[in-house]
Amino acid sequence: MEKGDKQKHTIGVLVENQPGVLSRVAGLFSGRGFNIDCLTVAETNEHGVSRITLVTEGDQHILEQIIKQLNKLINVIKVYDFRETEFVDREMALIKLKAESQTRAEVLRISDIFRAKIVDVSPHYYTLEVTGNETKIAAILELLEQIGIVELARTGKAALARAKKH
Amino acid sequence: MKLKGAQIFFECLKKEGVEVIFGFPGGVVLDIYHEMPKSGIRHILVRHEQGAAHMADGYARATGRVGVCLVTSGPGATNTVTGVATAYMDSIPMVIFTGQVPTALIGNDAFQEVDIVGITRPCTKHNYLVKDVNDLARVIKEAFYLARTGRPGPVLVDLPKDVIQAQAEFRYPKKVELQGYRPTYEAHLGQIKRAYQLIKKAKTPVLYAGGGVILSGASEKLKTLAEMLQLPVTTTLMGIGCFPAVVPGADNKWDAHPLWMGMLGMHGTYQANMAVQHSDLLLAVGARFDDRVTGKISEFAPKAKIVHVDIDPTSISKNVPVDIPIVGDCMDAVEKLIEQVQVDPIEDLDALRKPWLSQIHEWETGHKLSYMMEGDVIKPQYVVEKLYELCTPDAIITTEVGQNQMWAAQYFQLSQPRSFLSSGGLGTMGYGLPAAIGAQVAFPERLVIDIAGDGSIQMNIQELITAVCNNLPVKVAILNNRYLGMVRQWQELFYDRSYCSTCMEAAPDFVKLAEAYGAVGLRATKPNEVEAVIREGFAIQKPVLMDFVVAREEGVYPMVPAGKNISEMLLV
Repeated sequence: MEKGDKQKHTIGVLVENQPGVLSRVAGLFSGRGFNIDCLTVAETNEHGVSRITLVTEGDQHILEQIIKQLNKLINVIKVYDFRETEFVDREMALIKLKAESQTRAEVLRISDIFRAKIVDVSPHYYTLEVTGNETKIAAILELLEQIGIVELARTGKAALARAKKH
Repeated sequence: MKLKGAQIFFECLKKEGVEVIFGFPGGVVLDIYHEMPKSGIRHILVRHEQGAAHMADGYARATGRVGVCLVTSGPGATNTVTGVATAYMDSIPMVIFTGQVPTALIGNDAFQEVDIVGITRPCTKHNYLVKDVNDLARVIKEAFYLARTGRPGPVLVDLPKDVIQAQAEFRYPKKVELQGYRPTYEAHLGQIKRAYQLIKKAKTPVLYAGGGVILSGASEKLKTLAEMLQLPVTTTLMGIGCFPAVVPGADNKWDAHPLWMGMLGMHGTYQANMAVQHSDLLLAVGARFDDRVTGKISEFAPKAKIVHVDIDPTSISKNVPVDIPIVGDCMDAVEKLIEQVQVDPIEDLDALRKPWLSQIHEWETGHKLSYMMEGDVIKPQYVVEKLYELCTPDAIITTEVGQNQMWAAQYFQLSQPRSFLSSGGLGTMGYGLPAAIGAQVAFPERLVIDIAGDGSIQMNIQELITAVCNNLPVKVAILNNRYLGMVRQWQELFYDRSYCSTCMEAAPDFVKLAEAYGAVGLRATKPNEVEAVIREGFAIQKPVLMDFVVAREEGVYPMVPAGKNISEMLLV
């Protein structure tokens, strides 16, 4: 098959909440040479069903294979291919910063602009919680990088298809 | 009444109609073995667990039923892995039961503990670790269901010792409920109609059939379709037998079916490869465009519109772009295509096909599969032809892997599905003998021949005793060239004839070896001895090992070098 442009894609996967199911999904990616950029997994409101949201990279042909291969796993109930649907996605990041007296005000300002919350304070450190899409997280990280990020924990994306307007 | 897990195990197997288990006992499965005599299910005790997996596989391929094996934990389980992967690559329905250490010990590096579910995740269709005896019956039901439905495949069930010792009410579920598993059997009629319109317009169509046709039981219908449309037919290695190589019922065993072109691909026939490369329409049924079939993928069937029928959506457009994808069971798709032909037949079909079929005939007559007899040396192809000439029409052939496998595919004319059992996808040396034993268990009256090489036969030779002690009269024909012949051929052609580690001059005396096992050993060293050895071997109602000392450096031709366009064949 001809190789096309590589693109990032978000895929939602509803799975039966059973031991080993994450390993089946992860093993599929590693075994077939597909990439996982990030992955989140947690239970849904439906008993016994978990939702995996993952971001992968590849051309259209690879994405097609990924979706088909995911569907082939016995524990996979449904795959949401967000290429054709509009969707909302959010990620949460916890950012620990060095916050000395001369930078505290700037941190508070940035945090305000991005509607981040300060969730932990100590004499020399602030920890911020920020939620948003990829662009927003990237933007706040870029600004805070200059002040000095000590540690960073990101959840990876969660995504849902937008409800139909009519 | 409550039953022990081990008893539930056999109740389930009886419900599934299991007749035979291929297995090897060990500490954690002793409770199951203890119940076995009461179950009435036959057990074939193997000598190595890999043998058990290949026997279950051979049994499944020959019968279409689910093959079953039972082994202990740890090394028992890991020894089956090659057999499981072999079955997975070729979509063979099997259920593999492995023992496991008691649940309380799992993860403790207990004696003979291994995470077999983790190990086999990528080479099974699905697998289970049963942690509660109350789940046992449901899991076994699901395992058999998954193994035989959709695109078939091996399913592994790991059984901890305490689970098979615990008690539960036995209730066999009537239905399987798997929300995420709904294979598509019915081919989409709109796609079928679109496909038929392309077929109608085609001037140089080719029907390319694979193992899926056999798995779906569609061989007879495929023949009907091919004959109705006068489509020349080629098959993959896995598809051999799904279309009759010779005219059914003909007096002459060499009377080739006029539409049969032979196998395609790396060692395909000249006419099959040329026809594919010149086709304007390729109807692929139950085949998956494997690299050994396509050669250089960007130059495969360059002018052809491709219609691809497969039950597994992941096979479609995986390797080559497909114009008309049809997801569904081969049987359903072929039947629907036949209906289209009946409703809307092609006018002047004979006139339309004449130039194409005569072109193929021309390719064939110019480049027939051939070999030269040289003096007093036996040619391996001659042995295969003689085996074919002297065998009964319902013979089952198994092969090892390498030159023996390719010569069997080229020179043994097969006309029945489920009669050519060979490890296609994984290419597992050591497959042929245990697979032959599995097939012979299923069909004690039929002639079962393993066409082998001197290299691969040594990989599971220990199973000869399994054949002997179970009175399974399999015939092994060793094409003995004292080389790992196929690897040597690659060294000859692509690695400056440097035969590093392919010479097998140091070999056992196969005749004495057969006798040591209690089988019969026969040998031919000259062409004029071949027929007598085969006749004698076929007549003996015991396992027979026939050692044919053949030309050392004979090659398999035609050959398409890896990565080349399949019309670029080396012909000598």
